[in-house]
Amino acid sequence: MELYSLTIHELRELLKKREVSALEVTKSYLERIKEVEPKIDALITITEDFALQRAKEADEKIKNGEDTDLTGIPVIIKDNISTEGIKTTCSSKMLENYIPPYNATVVEKLLEEGVIILGKSNLDEFAMGSSTENSAFKTTKNPWDLSRVPGGSSGGSAAAIAADEAAFALGSDTGGSIRQPASLCGVVGMKPTYGLVSRYGLVAFASSLDQIGPFTKDVTDCAIVLNTIIGHDSKDSTSLKIDKPDYTSYLKEDIKGLRIGVAKEFFGEGIEEGVKETVQESIKVLQDLGAEIIDISIPYVEYALPAYYIIASAEASSNLARYDGIRYGHIAEKYEDLIDMYMVTRSEGFGKEVKRRIMLGTYALSSGYYDAYYKKALKVRTLIKNDFEKAFEKCDVIIGPTSPTVAFKIGERANDPLAMYLADIYTVSVNIAGLPGISIPCGLSDGLPVGLQIIGRHFDEGKILNVAYAFEQANKFNAKPQAIGGAR
Amino acid sequence: MAISRSEVEHVAKLARLKFSQEEIEEFTVQLSKIIDYVNKLNELDTENVEPTAHIVPIHNVFREDEVKPSMDRDKILMNAPYKENGCFKVPKIIE
Repeated sequence: MELYSLTIHELRELLKKREVSALEVTKSYLERIKEVEPKIDALITITEDFALQRAKEADEKIKNGEDTDLTGIPVIIKDNISTEGIKTTCSSKMLENYIPPYNATVVEKLLEEGVIILGKSNLDEFAMGSSTENSAFKTTKNPWDLSRVPGGSSGGSAAAIAADEAAFALGSDTGGSIRQPASLCGVVGMKPTYGLVSRYGLVAFASSLDQIGPFTKDVTDCAIVLNTIIGHDSKDSTSLKIDKPDYTSYLKEDIKGLRIGVAKEFFGEGIEEGVKETVQESIKVLQDLGAEIIDISIPYVEYALPAYYIIASAEASSNLARYDGIRYGHIAEKYEDLIDMYMVTRSEGFGKEVKRRIMLGTYALSSGYYDAYYKKALKVRTLIKNDFEKAFEKCDVIIGPTSPTVAFKIGERANDPLAMYLADIYTVSVNIAGLPGISIPCGLSDGLPVGLQIIGRHFDEGKILNVAYAFEQANKFNAKPQAIGGAR
Repeated sequence: MAISRSEVEHVAKLARLKFSQEEIEEFTVQLSKIIDYVNKLNELDTENVEPTAHIVPIHNVFREDEVKPSMDRDKILMNAPYKENGCFKVPKIIE
């Protein structure tokens, strides 16, 4: 058993007993990165020197008895989350050389605990995409099959955890960007309730939908990371003041009598037979554990995707107006006047999908179309929110597939934006309603991972973790990606 | 087409983006397809529905107005493509 293949809680036991040092753990991961990264391309930046220095500091902490659950644990951070002194590119030419002068609040919280940052992971440019093919720098491959995508936009973080390049990773989820790649790569990924985790330092895509969350190797680790990253932050006025629970206290196998809603809308058109069967078997597992399965309906959910593309693009067009070539980022060399400087700078700096969304968002917000598109989408958002509220009167959590398909081939959808957007059909409604959701691996279809999505009420992460943990214990997902080799 | 070529050119100007003729063609086709798709929302009667801009019911978050240290000037300027005398340097805007 190699150190890099262990979970956070397994590493924690070894570190606590002083059977291994943080430096040994870090070196094991750095070796692993060197071994698999040429095949996976999950990382934009590897911070080897910083990691080794942090590892020594973590060992000091442990020696002095100042350690916590995450001291000496290596992490990889999505490259749209600001890290002071470490390049944060958003996988965009626009920010190719951008070095943040400050840390995101989540990064600050992790560093305080003694976490070791190994590097920054690849994403679809500015988190816009579902395959990580929209990166300006590299295409990340799925560790289960190198000819397939890892999902996106946090594809680098998901692939890195599937390939054991770190013990855990952070991603961001605007319409499914944590859960969908977690599903396609066979790892655990959670999008917390909107407002649970500070967004300060997360490069903004769609501010009313974005949320940071963890990628981990199991459900226990998800609870451990969540414990550290949540909490009110005065630098993010949308982060909420709530009592901090200990999420590990929800890791129980008992789900007797729990009401689990299954919505027929999550098994609709476009779902692969293998995905459907695997998820239905998972529902059976939960039923056998004593949960009550209740048929529910979320009729407006089919309108979530079109509403999402209006809202997210509108917010993006506004958020990305800041890239003007003056304070940071790319600037044009040749231009006629100030306006032309903006135009040339932005046209050179942004990739196609980002431009497409800025265009759609600008159109939806423009004079004459605002009511027809943007306001209409916000009204549909109300209907979807009400739909979930009604559904949660009948059940405690809602389950279904995370993605309608397993990982698709690289290039397969790259030239068809609409086909790509459909990858998020089961995840976007959760962002629209601000709810928490997790994806956990529940089996294989044609040798590729299938994800089970569990959705909860606002701030009911505990119940989600309870169900996820019970399922995980009853239905151990022991399959490992074979495309990269290794000791697991 | 749900959106015309001249509308695409107009929106590009609003968004401060510049496109070649070929790109304008491509965007007209692609955006039309996307707009046709999102027009699905028109199937719904939302006459009496309130819009939800933000899912969390928080309004006017206030804090005490306390003096705190600002970020170091050099740090703020460290990513600027052009700077001079501790300021961001911009192209000439007044003739």
